[in-house]
Amino acid sequence: MRRLAQGECDDGKPTKFTPPPKPVIIDKTQSEASLRKFLSPEFIPPRQRINPLKFSIERKDMIQRRKVLNIPEFYVGSVLAVTMADPHASGKTNRFMGICIQRGGHGLGATFVLRNIIDGQGVEICYEMYSPRLQQLEVLKLEKRLDNNLMYLRDALPEYSTVNLDMKPVPHSVTGDVPVNKTRVRMRPKPWSKRWERPKYNVQGIRFDLCLSPEKLEHAQTWAEPWREYDMLKEYDTTALEERILKEVQTEMSK
Amino acid sequence: MHASPANLFSSLVFSSLLLSCLVLSCLVLSCLLLSCLLLSSHKVQPLRNSNKGPSMALISRSCSGFLAQLSSLTHHKAFSVSAATAAIQKMTRVRVVDNSPLGSTPWHRAPRVIHVYTKNGVGKVGDRVLLAIKGGKKKALIVGHKMPGKRMNPRFDSNNVVLIEDNGNPTGTRIKVPLPTHLREMEGDYSKLLAIASRFV
Repeated sequence: MRRLAQGECDDGKPTKFTPPPKPVIIDKTQSEASLRKFLSPEFIPPRQRINPLKFSIERKDMIQRRKVLNIPEFYVGSVLAVTMADPHASGKTNRFMGICIQRGGHGLGATFVLRNIIDGQGVEICYEMYSPRLQQLEVLKLEKRLDNNLMYLRDALPEYSTVNLDMKPVPHSVTGDVPVNKTRVRMRPKPWSKRWERPKYNVQGIRFDLCLSPEKLEHAQTWAEPWREYDMLKEYDTTALEERILKEVQTEMSK
Repeated sequence: MHASPANLFSSLVFSSLLLSCLVLSCLVLSCLLLSCLLLSSHKVQPLRNSNKGPSMALISRSCSGFLAQLSSLTHHKAFSVSAATAAIQKMTRVRVVDNSPLGSTPWHRAPRVIHVYTKNGVGKVGDRVLLAIKGGKKKALIVGHKMPGKRMNPRFDSNNVVLIEDNGNPTGTRIKVPLPTHLREMEGDYSKLLAIASRFV
């Protein structure tokens, strides 16, 4: 019995070589980000007396990392799930999900803090966005809140910080405005970690009428500094800078 | 009999004045009582780091009655909480998170740290401490604190502690609260403690 060579069928006639069908790669992750003009806030350099060469080199490194790991568009108030490499965890990876309460840092040191309440215990983890330990970043729910710093959730009722661990990703539209969640949060009784009613924090997302009397709110307004909005030295218009950096980043990412 | 109507009148006036004074004083006293009670209820705040946690907050918010205020007065004192500056040191009130009977039974004072077994007096996750709990001393291991630590490591909303024997064995049999994964570095000393943990974060 002659062994059948590859490509020969039973009757001995050589079959025509049919190449395998090309795999159709639907890269949803890349296309989603590009349809909305979004520049991650860590790309915008702060106003410093540093040679702009430093920022351009850093941007190159950031783009190089973003080509390897997809860092999606998200805002403070979105629900994220992060998988990171952990030598001490079982299976070497550690998955955590929570609400993003703060985005800080510039350049490669950019961080974001996720908060969740697990088994009745509030847990916050500050992740470095460009750390090589991060393996996957998924946005489960893309939305904005009334403030861009939700540190007051530490003093709010626990229901506002809980994210269900079996949450499925909520589909969000790729074009158009990001939905704004206008919930105003109920607080625990005072004392709070910070005096959120004071105007320097400029918190819009707390129901102050339920926890403070109008006299207290008025007393808090005595710390208002209304002259700050006219302070010319604090003006930092980033629109031109943002456009330039956005174009640069988009061209580099598409290469 | 001269000026008797004057006398009578003056006496009447005097008595009426007295009565009014008495009434006023009574009113004032009652007002003072009520106000001081109200003030005390405002001052009474739930212990942030107590074992009970948010349940105490709910109780304090819902209690509006006289008796409830009195009972809460016996449990809590007014205090101010500042931001966590050094993780766990002497006199910090901690939360015992295992199911040991020593940690679960209520006591009029929260368990406090009286000694930290490190070179500086500051305790981080994985350090041993000595607690004053229920009128006695007990060693414990820190499993989470409010102070932010390294990036990528979890920060908890309460200072958590697990009661431990002198040889390193845990007193309780289960830990419901999530523990940080970098505790696993001390696999050798506290392997039994890591075994009774239900979840790692």
